[in-house]
Amino acid sequence: MPLTPTDDVIEVVRAPRRGPARGAYRAFGETLRGLKTTFMRVVEGPATIQYPEEKVPVYPRFRGRHRLHRFEDTGLEKCVGCSLCAAACPVDCIRVVAAENTPTNRVSAGERYAAVYEINLSRCIFCGYCEVACPFDAITMGHDYEMSDYDRSDLIFTKEMLLAEPFERTPLRAEGE
Amino acid sequence: MPLAVPLADITYAEPWWMQIIKSIVIFAIVLQLVPLVLLAERKVMGRFQNRYGPNRVGPFGLLQAIADIGKLVFKEQFRPRTSIGWLFVLAPILSIVTAIAAIALIPFGDTVDIFGTKTGLYGLDVSIGPLYLFAVGAVAFYGIMLGGWSSGSKYSFLGSMRAAAQLISYEVSQGMAIVGVIMTAQSLSLVQIVHAQGHIWYVIPQFLGFVIFLVASFAETNRPPFDLVEGESEIVGGYVTEYGGARFASYYMAEYTNIIVVSGIAVTLFLGGWHIPGVDVPGFLQPVVVLVKMLIFVNLFFWVRTTLPRLRYDQLMSFGWKVLLPLATLNALATAIVLVAID
Repeated sequence: MPLTPTDDVIEVVRAPRRGPARGAYRAFGETLRGLKTTFMRVVEGPATIQYPEEKVPVYPRFRGRHRLHRFEDTGLEKCVGCSLCAAACPVDCIRVVAAENTPTNRVSAGERYAAVYEINLSRCIFCGYCEVACPFDAITMGHDYEMSDYDRSDLIFTKEMLLAEPFERTPLRAEGE
Repeated sequence: MPLAVPLADITYAEPWWMQIIKSIVIFAIVLQLVPLVLLAERKVMGRFQNRYGPNRVGPFGLLQAIADIGKLVFKEQFRPRTSIGWLFVLAPILSIVTAIAAIALIPFGDTVDIFGTKTGLYGLDVSIGPLYLFAVGAVAFYGIMLGGWSSGSKYSFLGSMRAAAQLISYEVSQGMAIVGVIMTAQSLSLVQIVHAQGHIWYVIPQFLGFVIFLVASFAETNRPPFDLVEGESEIVGGYVTEYGGARFASYYMAEYTNIIVVSGIAVTLFLGGWHIPGVDVPGFLQPVVVLVKMLIFVNLFFWVRTTLPRLRYDQLMSFGWKVLLPLATLNALATAIVLVAID
């Protein structure tokens, strides 16, 4: 049965036809088309983002470096040292050592507080499970992604470093952007 | 006292001290263009590929070329044990000397008065302009040929063999392409050819010749799409495979000087030299006009380089001999017939 072409048959664009005149015309025309294609790239302008000077804004839910939080009114730490984040962490990069709050030394709002809170960022995979596990929203993922350092030991972030207000090094994407 | 050169008729010669000053100025200016073109190529190619190109070294990346050259010059000089020492050293020198020698004939302007001395804004105006250029170009090919052969490496050797075949076949077409111009201008002096273009640039009556000259020039300068001589995907780096450091830099400089020279020849022969239609360019602005035209023409090299992929070797050969050469011959014949018919 002969094949009758229908609408769903796509005609294949043919290679340059035989014959000197037509072949030359096709080759010349295709060359000019190629030149036009590359020239349109000049008109478009560069797509490069000049990274260290110019940064891509991050989305609000971007999972960057962790932050620990305090209550804004009392200034007490939200973390109560429950170690649920350490339990949830798939790569075991969080180390929490809890201690009792005393009336003279009151650090957190709960019964206990985190005497030691360390995150080893060289192990962290930025999965955000710690943020999900935390019952008090004490730990959240921030927006900072520029964390390279010269020494592995410098990548172990202590509680003070995580509590400190981070430098606004990464722009946040505006709503609807 | 005019300096007599016994090789060819010289239309006009200045006093000897002016010739020395002139040659220093011309080479100082044109050789400054080489690092500029080097950088411009990378930046312009970047624009053609939606990126910026080098912009880190110095303001706008202007010092990039100097940084590259500095790096190459301070590298170790080495050569393979199988190489032929003195030829290996001589070849890049030959390449660069011939490239620079061709600059001498490019006319940048007409004669002007400098310190009361009538001075031509060109190296020398001889009655054998294009012949000299072709002679120098033919020697330039020895630079590549000897470099590849004396390296003692098969890839270099293959590259130089390709260079030999490619340069010879395209030189013929290039020569035939400008025969039309020479016949129309009735002169072999490059200055006279520019003068003859006062009312119309030869790119219009000699359009076919211009296109052939353009294609052949890409092949002559080993630029893409005809850069089979250094086709790195096939023969590593061709004739420069074994070269490093300052010798490699010399080859590189020769290549870019050749681009500038070819642009200068194209501007002289086809794009009216210092003439602008409808404008009478005063004497001291003529070099500026020529240089601007040359730099615009140089950009064409970059544009084509970003656009076209490298040809297959047999395509290169059959294109040169079966398409370009017959077309160039036909062009020369047609020009001759038309000239006789008009006369």
